[in-house]
Amino acid sequence: MEHNPLEHFLLFKIYNLQLMGLDISINKAVLMMWLVTVSVILFFMAATRRVTLVPGKIQSIAEVMLDFLKKMTLENMGEKGSRFIPFIVTLFFFILFSNLLGLIPGFYTVTSQLIVTAGFAIVVYAISLGVGIYYHGAGFYHILIPPGTPFWLLPLMIPIEIVSQLARPISLAVRLFANMTAGHTVLGVLFGMALGLGVFIGWLPFTLTIAINGLELFIAFIQAYIFTILTTVYLGDAMNLHQ
Amino acid sequence: MDASSAALIGMGIAAAGFAGSGIGIGYIFGKMIESVARQPQAEAKVSKYMWIGFALVEAIALYGLVIAFIVMGLRK
Repeated sequence: MEHNPLEHFLLFKIYNLQLMGLDISINKAVLMMWLVTVSVILFFMAATRRVTLVPGKIQSIAEVMLDFLKKMTLENMGEKGSRFIPFIVTLFFFILFSNLLGLIPGFYTVTSQLIVTAGFAIVVYAISLGVGIYYHGAGFYHILIPPGTPFWLLPLMIPIEIVSQLARPISLAVRLFANMTAGHTVLGVLFGMALGLGVFIGWLPFTLTIAINGLELFIAFIQAYIFTILTTVYLGDAMNLHQ
Repeated sequence: MDASSAALIGMGIAAAGFAGSGIGIGYIFGKMIESVARQPQAEAKVSKYMWIGFALVEAIALYGLVIAFIVMGLRK
């Protein structure tokens, strides 16, 4: 049985749409992004429908996550970081819901497209540059000089720091994309094995997919957390300049 | 050996880079357990750095995966 585990990442146009030469056709990933947005909104509407002092199930999940994100942001960015909490929370929940909804069979994992994660990473990096220039003006070049560097080391340190700065958006984008793609490829390979080997041996990879699905559930949370914590670290770096 | 089979070998070699990342993740979690066993109240502080380090190390393995994908895309 011919089977390509990367096939389910392919996107096809559902509705053809052109805008001034740009291809903005609707495909499965676009539909999934709408679904993710709607489900995040529905989740928080359900959580805040009847706000009680002693929170119910959904309300306490939302409260625990929000408190956690708020603490993480303030810890990494200092007091000035409080105005970034809405951005960080939105980023976290969008990534988390697109990771989780992608695990449902038949749905599409939006974050397994490099263009989506690269979009997030470029926005985050652009914001960190903007924040640095807003708070420090021309003094922002200090981000390229770690504190306590002797001056004769500067010709070596500045290129290294420039490379490490440029690697930030790339590694942010590639990490999320590759994690999601790798997980779903492993699932695809195992299901392909289960189909190809028949019932007598095929049950073995099939039961393994249950364990891998559990791991993927964990990875979905971890990757959303990692993306947002690195966002706060980068923004905090730009805001406080190595302090 | 034609280019197509060489590409397959190259993809395998790119995937072999996962070994180094495995060693790194093992170190990170081992040291985390060690430090928490020595000082349990430091767990909350240490675990944040553990997850960051875990993500950075894991990303290195996944760069290998991305290179394998690139080689696969070049394969004719």
